[in-house]
Amino acid sequence: MNILVCVKRVPAPGSKINVTSDGMAVDAAHLGFTTSPHEECALEEAVQITERDGGQVTVLTLGPVEAEEQLRYAASVGAHKIILVPTDGSAWDPQRTASALTEAIQTAEEANNQPFELILFGNESADSGGFQVGVRVAHKLGRPIVNAIKGIDPSDCAVTARREIDAGFEVYNVPTPAVLGVKEGINLPRYPTMKGRLASKKAELTNAEITAKAGGQTLVRLHRPAEQASNTEILGTDESAAVAIVDILEEIGVC
Amino acid sequence: MSLLVVLDHDRGTWSEANDEAMTAAHTLAADMGVQIDVALVGDGALDLSGQARAAGAAVVHVANHPMLTDFGPEAVGETIVQLIGAASPDAVMAVGTSRGNEILAQIAARMDLPFVANCMSVTPGDGAWSITRIQWGGSLLEDTTLVTDGPKLLTYGHHAVLAEAAPAPGAGIVEEFTPDLDGSLARTIVVDRDVQQAGVTLSTASVVVSGGRGVGSAEGFEQLEELADLLGGRVGCSRAVTNLGWRNHTDQVGQTGTRIAPEIYIATGISGAIQHWVGAMASKRILAINIDAEANMVVKADYAVIADLHKVVPAITAEIKRRKGL
Amino acid sequence: MSDFPASAKVVIIGAGIVGNCLVGHLARLGWTDMVLLEKGPLPNPGGSTGHASNFIFPVDHNKEMALLGVQSANQYRDMNLSVDSGGIEVARTQERMNELDRRMTSAKAWGVEAELLTPAQVKELVPFINDDVILGGFHCPTVSVVDSLETGTVMRKEAIETAGLQVFANTEVLEMLTEDDPVPGMKRITGVVTDKGTIEAEYVVIACGVWSNRIANMAGTYIPLVPAVHQMADVGPMDVLVETNNEIGYPIVRDMDTFCYERQSAGSMEVGSYGHRPILHHPDEIPSNEEAALSPTEMPFTIDDFDQQMEEAIELMDMLGDAEIKYAINGLLSLTPDAMPCLGELPDVRNLWSAAAVWVKEGPGMAQVVAEWMTYGYPRVIDPHASDIARFYDDEKNDEHIWARSAEHFNKTYGIVHPSEQWESQRGLKESSLKAITDAAGAEYFTARVWERPHWYSSNADLLEKYGLSEREVEWDNRWWSPLIDAEHMNLRENAGMIDLTAFQIFDLTGPGAVGFAEYLSVNKVDKPVGTSTYTPWLNHDGGFHSDLTMLRLGDDHIRVVTGAFDGGRDEAWIKKYMPTDGSVSVANRTEDYVTIGLWGPNAPAILSQITDADLSHEGSPYGSVRSISLSLGDAAGVEVDIFRISYVGDTGWEIYIPWVQGPQVWEAIAAAGAEHGLRPTGAGVYAVGGRVEKGYRLMGAELESEYNPVEAGLARPKVKAADFIGKEAYLAAREKGPDAIMCTLAVEDNTDSQGRKRFIQGGNAPILTNDGERILDSHGRVSVVTTAGNGPSYGKYLCLGYLPTELAEIGNTFKVMYMNELFPVTVVATTGSAFDPDDTRLKG
Repeated sequence: MNILVCVKRVPAPGSKINVTSDGMAVDAAHLGFTTSPHEECALEEAVQITERDGGQVTVLTLGPVEAEEQLRYAASVGAHKIILVPTDGSAWDPQRTASALTEAIQTAEEANNQPFELILFGNESADSGGFQVGVRVAHKLGRPIVNAIKGIDPSDCAVTARREIDAGFEVYNVPTPAVLGVKEGINLPRYPTMKGRLASKKAELTNAEITAKAGGQTLVRLHRPAEQASNTEILGTDESAAVAIVDILEEIGVC
Repeated sequence: MSLLVVLDHDRGTWSEANDEAMTAAHTLAADMGVQIDVALVGDGALDLSGQARAAGAAVVHVANHPMLTDFGPEAVGETIVQLIGAASPDAVMAVGTSRGNEILAQIAARMDLPFVANCMSVTPGDGAWSITRIQWGGSLLEDTTLVTDGPKLLTYGHHAVLAEAAPAPGAGIVEEFTPDLDGSLARTIVVDRDVQQAGVTLSTASVVVSGGRGVGSAEGFEQLEELADLLGGRVGCSRAVTNLGWRNHTDQVGQTGTRIAPEIYIATGISGAIQHWVGAMASKRILAINIDAEANMVVKADYAVIADLHKVVPAITAEIKRRKGL
Repeated sequence: MSDFPASAKVVIIGAGIVGNCLVGHLARLGWTDMVLLEKGPLPNPGGSTGHASNFIFPVDHNKEMALLGVQSANQYRDMNLSVDSGGIEVARTQERMNELDRRMTSAKAWGVEAELLTPAQVKELVPFINDDVILGGFHCPTVSVVDSLETGTVMRKEAIETAGLQVFANTEVLEMLTEDDPVPGMKRITGVVTDKGTIEAEYVVIACGVWSNRIANMAGTYIPLVPAVHQMADVGPMDVLVETNNEIGYPIVRDMDTFCYERQSAGSMEVGSYGHRPILHHPDEIPSNEEAALSPTEMPFTIDDFDQQMEEAIELMDMLGDAEIKYAINGLLSLTPDAMPCLGELPDVRNLWSAAAVWVKEGPGMAQVVAEWMTYGYPRVIDPHASDIARFYDDEKNDEHIWARSAEHFNKTYGIVHPSEQWESQRGLKESSLKAITDAAGAEYFTARVWERPHWYSSNADLLEKYGLSEREVEWDNRWWSPLIDAEHMNLRENAGMIDLTAFQIFDLTGPGAVGFAEYLSVNKVDKPVGTSTYTPWLNHDGGFHSDLTMLRLGDDHIRVVTGAFDGGRDEAWIKKYMPTDGSVSVANRTEDYVTIGLWGPNAPAILSQITDADLSHEGSPYGSVRSISLSLGDAAGVEVDIFRISYVGDTGWEIYIPWVQGPQVWEAIAAAGAEHGLRPTGAGVYAVGGRVEKGYRLMGAELESEYNPVEAGLARPKVKAADFIGKEAYLAAREKGPDAIMCTLAVEDNTDSQGRKRFIQGGNAPILTNDGERILDSHGRVSVVTTAGNGPSYGKYLCLGYLPTELAEIGNTFKVMYMNELFPVTVVATTGSAFDPDDTRLKG
């Protein structure tokens, strides 16, 4: 099975995220970057499928040239091909992103002379969290998509996909070529091995030149939510605090 | 002139998220100067029209079609697109649950309109709408503008709005509607359900007892299970615990796990990394049990016990049993 | 939580390994009313301690680092927070094998168990190593792995329980409060302002690791360290490690030639590197606990910098290649411009102390050093002069210098560093006005901290043939050495040599209290007639050496202090610490007002007399006298200079102090006058080593350390002056007791090694052993090592200086000196006196 995984390079912040002085981006001056967690799982799933059933994993990202780091990382954990859609580094709105990705996917499929049987997105990106790029791309490609997927089982001409709901799973049987939005928890992604890392440096990087116009949502600024005032009541420093705790549980009616 | 609210339900069972949706809709509709209409799709939808009216809906659009018996994102999305064509709402909204965001994304993709997910506050305007939305699971807010000739599409962040009772019931006029759905959309309709857990779920539990790395082992969670059972709650965990393989990811509370909003969240041995915090911050009360008085979770909690969870948790269990005579 | 205090006796900032151990040691020494502040949470505040690899290799060539490493390891052991994993340094090159011989020597010197292993023996201990790529290993069974976070917690709790220490975590210091001190240029710390309130404090200690300089800057002072990246990656799990069921079941492997180590961490292997490009950060670039993804000092891993290390690690242990990289960081640690810690009281802010640039491996020991220093006025556990924060000159306290030097030595962390190794970066910071002249004479410069000093001159190459000198046989012995040193030495003894000594540090004490204050600092009597001088130790309160230097009585209220280029900072700080605050004494640094030229040799009087009419005879210029004379420089006007009849090389002559700008004229004039007397420009190689060892002259930091007293160093005078001075009580007691060890000169009888090569012992770490090869300890447990080694061309033998227990310190006694893991026979040729010209007839000219 030939699988395309679309990933996003995002900063890896701590518990407090600073924004640049103009408010237009996360201040990543001293932050590392990572692959958005849902997408990391999507990639792992794709690699596991191809390890089991054969085929190739292609990883595509749209982002600044530095996003090559995330593509090399993908190669280090088993991706076979890597494609970069370079941007100027500014945040693209979801419509523009989806148009560009669609174009890049179509170009890659033309080069392959066949569609990717499966395209995986993360359910949403860790940073902007727009919840829509995968759906837009699928629609433009005329392919089915289901989100929040935590189980994928490919078969001939279809994939069985499991979506997590509150009380269990919904099961979908989606004909290929298909698109799925994957959620963390579908697997535990592997870390690269040293040999994988060293091999990934040799992976050939394809650059896809794309033009796409801005959509209707425009970033004005980022800011931090107001700090919650901390007013912690210390109930105790040993197990004798249990009495006070159960008093509270009773008071709020859960006990 | 209307705000169309897409409501959710599970085969006729009203989703709690609908209360948040209607609460948010009252504010937005008032700011827009329009009435609230709702859309209910699928089997059992008609049974909920009374609840929708009580929640303030002027018109309750009930969509019926054989392909809507079970959930399918494409079929539902297409249905709402056709409803928009017929009813011409000024805006369409839902709550940003997994389904809510997906349906709005389907609508946006089909109509090629912008869609703003997980809003905190929305200020309608004549041209551009000014919106503050959630990024980074709530760690950052994004001020954004929405400009479109078509209806405004948006979701409110799940748990971003505290549900309140409707100020007054709406007219609740039921308008049934049968969309024209292409048979090909069956490709993304649920074919089966695999219901694993009965009863309370992590995201709806009124008590969540969570453990972090400080629990020490998979076996260490047994005492948390016992306490959660006593309280009719569920056990959660931090991402570290999932990564260590002690608990299944379905128990993970956090940005990439489950977002919870219990009456009380009992966090034991959890330091409170942002990934975890944004999943737990909608909890009404937080009790942290930690040996580190300076842990982020302790600092942010309403109540804290600075002690070893392995001593405190059994003591709570014993105290509850004592009072209940168990 | 207790209320935030308004005042405290001492505030310690930083609860890493150093701050925690410091409060513990202070509590043991009786301190109370202490407050420990920490910006981050506890027990892991997010500093370097939190990500330390936590192992201790107890062998180091440097005495301070070695002994404090062992001392620290023992403190961890005493708390049961340590496991002896053993460790092996493996060699991939012959040069490294030679270095391992040198490690064996240091292990012997400091009493650490060690052995050399063949590749097969290494593989027996570490079965997963690729023994094809190594030539051998240095095995040290007492290499230990410690729990530094828990140690910190235990020490902190001890201080809470025994001394009522108050601890405030998540408390950030925003401001340091100081007031002007009566001594000009000095300030005094008065407290700290934090985000929880202000604390007035008598003492404040900065133990802030990589943030230390930021805090120091708040007090208007400077701790020269830079946060630097040490990359490490945790890979695993691997069955062979998991099966040990142990945090550490195999010895730690240091792959010395790739600057990497492999350390088991439960089922994984931690690969750490000092081999990547130096990556330095400004403290303000370190994210806060809240901003950091992991912790402030666990910065994002820049994997491109680590690729080469991965390849090399896989070469050594193939299994590492298939294991997952589970955790990898750019871990921050502290580097300083000279690779030594920053300990002690800040020289310009009274009662503000630094306990910084200390790693986990020496943390508890260094903390004890600082605690003792604060308590007793100087540490007792060891002499930390090389770590003294006061050692730095102003030119060493800026980012450009610190970054350049730290970058230069980072890759030498596992490097093979020669004892005489010279810096490549940041040269030429301080140069004599003679520089153009000495350049023209082909000077090879060595640095004395910031000062450039000619070490030998290529223009003297003709002397090599004359004296039959040649290069040394083994490259290591020849490195940073030249036979020109011996040539210049022979010429000085035969004719005369002229030495640029401008790097001398000169301080003038003036005012009505100057002589009395000078007397208070000095063991020997300073209050002598104008025109005389005193060579004297300065002692600490325990009677150990703090300094040795010369003090010139230039006027009734004027004492000039002349000290070595390595010691100016510490001596100036000592002066300012103890000088009267009533304004009766002023101190001025005159170093850059004078060029100093040493003119020595049998022809020195004849040479100098050609350009002056002054009486240079023993009557006119007696030994130890200082006087102003006029030099006539041909057509030019005469120059007034001070001539000081003294010698550190054993031949008659003078130190000549010349106004800075006239230095070159005077040099040229002396050179012209000396042309027919065989005068040659002569380097510090003769001054600092050759001439000195022949005469047995002691050097601060080598023979003279705080562990020894003047009685043992042979510097006690027959009588003790009446005036009080620092350390007098201890000095009197030492005289009463007599020496437990005596400084001796030993001659190497045969320097042929097992391969038939002539070897030349380098000082510092070479142990003096019994003829059976056993270490020699005196009654205080002090070990006999070679403190200085160098050729004595005039004496005719290679010479070593070192302390021997009193009962062994007899001329004619024979011992062995270990050098590069081989034993060479030596004989005591002098005890307190000189091997060469013991009667000092040459000094009399």
